[in-house]
Amino acid sequence: MKSGSATISAPEQAQASRAPGIPFILKKALISAFVALVLFSLMVGVRTEAGPTGQLIYWTRFGELAALVAAVFGGSIVIELLRQWIGPAGATTLVPKQVQSALAIAGRFVGPALLIFTLLVPVIFYNQRYILDLGILVLTYVMLGWGLNVVVGLAGLLDLGYVAFYAVGAYSYALIATTFGLSFFECLPLAGFLAALWGVMLGFPVLRLRGDYLAIVTLAFGEIIRLVIINWQSLTGGPNGVSGIPRPTLFGIPLTPGDDGLAARLGIPFSPTHRIVFLFYLILALALITNWVTIRLRRLPIGRAWEALREDEVACRALGINTTTTKLTAFATGAMFGGFAGAFFATRQGFISPESFTFQESALVLAIVVLGGMGSQLGVALAALTMIGGFELFRGLEQYRMLVFGVAMVLLMIWRPRGLIGHRAPTVYLTKAQAISSDLVKEGRG
Amino acid sequence: MDYFAQQLINGLVLGSIYGLIAIGYTMVYGIVGMINFAHGDIFMIGGFIALISFLVLVSFGLTAVPVILLIVLLVSMAITALYGWTVERIAYRPLRHSFRLAPMLSAIGMSFVLSNYSQVAQGARVKPVPPIITGGHTLHTGAGGFVVQLSNIQIVVVVTTVVLLAIFTWLVARTRLGRDMRACEQDQTMAALLGVDVDRTISMTFVIGAALAAVAGMMYLLYYGLVDFFMGFVAGIKAFTAAVLGGIGSLPGAMLGGLAIGLIETLWSAYFSVEYKDVAAFSILIVVLIFLPTGLLGRPEVEKV
Repeated sequence: MKSGSATISAPEQAQASRAPGIPFILKKALISAFVALVLFSLMVGVRTEAGPTGQLIYWTRFGELAALVAAVFGGSIVIELLRQWIGPAGATTLVPKQVQSALAIAGRFVGPALLIFTLLVPVIFYNQRYILDLGILVLTYVMLGWGLNVVVGLAGLLDLGYVAFYAVGAYSYALIATTFGLSFFECLPLAGFLAALWGVMLGFPVLRLRGDYLAIVTLAFGEIIRLVIINWQSLTGGPNGVSGIPRPTLFGIPLTPGDDGLAARLGIPFSPTHRIVFLFYLILALALITNWVTIRLRRLPIGRAWEALREDEVACRALGINTTTTKLTAFATGAMFGGFAGAFFATRQGFISPESFTFQESALVLAIVVLGGMGSQLGVALAALTMIGGFELFRGLEQYRMLVFGVAMVLLMIWRPRGLIGHRAPTVYLTKAQAISSDLVKEGRG
Repeated sequence: MDYFAQQLINGLVLGSIYGLIAIGYTMVYGIVGMINFAHGDIFMIGGFIALISFLVLVSFGLTAVPVILLIVLLVSMAITALYGWTVERIAYRPLRHSFRLAPMLSAIGMSFVLSNYSQVAQGARVKPVPPIITGGHTLHTGAGGFVVQLSNIQIVVVVTTVVLLAIFTWLVARTRLGRDMRACEQDQTMAALLGVDVDRTISMTFVIGAALAAVAGMMYLLYYGLVDFFMGFVAGIKAFTAAVLGGIGSLPGAMLGGLAIGLIETLWSAYFSVEYKDVAAFSILIVVLIFLPTGLLGRPEVEKV
């Protein structure tokens, strides 16, 4: 039992001080390899598939099995050696003080630099459609991340069903626009409002729930929304989705090659890139609004209440903070931004279907928020860039993508549970302990 | 009435399967206080291993069905239990004293790993198997010619569940391991001071939960005749609902909740709409947590500062 491959507990430190030699490492690696052999024996060693007659057939893959077991054996040795070199407490001493302070100074300029770079992306990469599309995608997730950050990062409510609000926003815009012919900017507040409404509707029942229960209920809620969208065919088109969603216009001026299009009015030749650039700046503006509102809200009493709620709910109630409204506003605010992002998604794609709103999306946005350090705005933006960029790198390995994502999530939690970049210090705190005289305490003012 | 009786039988069989999975959730929650989000995928892995070992055994020329089923049961329980052990070892144990969301997120990651691992290893398509246990008994023939049937496979599922539950109840109530588990559930620090190996006990909890999930996976395979890499997600949430409904931490509660969820789902499909059966199950989760947060047999939780 004391020979697995990943433990950071007290007995482990005792072992490290003993400085185990090569036999110990080999023994550990052999046990890991044996465990891997049993685990993979049937799942990897034997491949099943429905044959031509519908009957299941199977064939063996002992080569892959051997390779995997060998990889586990080698990996186990490497991990053990690394652990001995770095030591159990090595993670904290890995970065020297000077580098840390230099990083802190650099960190102050990362945000503005990133913003300026983002503003310039359409100028620099004007002819590279792929990069522009990727930029739009990243910004969409930045916005979703910032929206969910209000709920998870600030208020500390673990929401696994955030995609539900994204879906509500997308479908609200799609259905209102195709049915009533309203324009994007008329629908946007409606989509946000409807999503916020659903946020409150979800918020009410879960008010009394704590961490894990809350997570599962929000997950169930997200699934319910998705299942209703799939099955309510008369309204949502079911699995076929909604198509022909109107493209956004620049306050009524369409970005089309026609005579009333923007290009014709400005007297410049039409290019389909105009619309992409417009969409880029649109989502950038939406994301920045989300960021700005969040930063402002953090300085208001309600934002302070969110952070207090995250730190300690019981203490919050004892101090007279109304936890009901605090939670509901957090849900509503987060949901509203999700709704905005959903409306943008619908207008960008021109087609939406329930497939875009699975639990995987929720988990991805949540992973972005967690990776970003739960509460740090810049961290979330960088995390979104990393995540979506990473996903693009694995584009060729479509089926391994979610596998790698899952592994990354587990490793991240083990390595840096507080996120890669940010930290979640409260916005306000007492810089020094306040001395309170005993007569004040007696009167109940302490 | 006959239709209702038939649905009752179907619901109880489905409920047995949910109950077996729910025990894994409730035990882990009782001891470690986390939702083992990957447990549904452990159930799926159990189904896959049962399927593969069955295929291999048949191709080796074994023909006696009871012998095959017994070997398949033991193999899938053993290997799936090892999966449960490995998951706990890799993804949960390093996080035991981390902040409270960390194990949950790690579990979600593990759930993705397991489901996509089996997708990569075994392909995305549904794996069908021909019915292995056939035949049944006619219990009652109604006036309209409607026949209430109890098939042999249904008997096998229910009997296996009952036998395993008996063994399991004995394990928790009468053995040293069971006593250690109950001790860890109450107070891990105190249990450790009194000589209980907490790490080992928690590992064993995951092993037992995974073994029971493997049985559920095999029963699912026999009953529905198919497995696919995605089945763990929905089954997992429903089994968790069952655990919550029965009162999380309570073993009889998990079984009771499983049966209730199975019945509700079956009756909902029979009388209302098949499309919304999952919506019904998920709604029950929400409703239970609002009105009955401690479940049917659970103890109220004291909020501590």
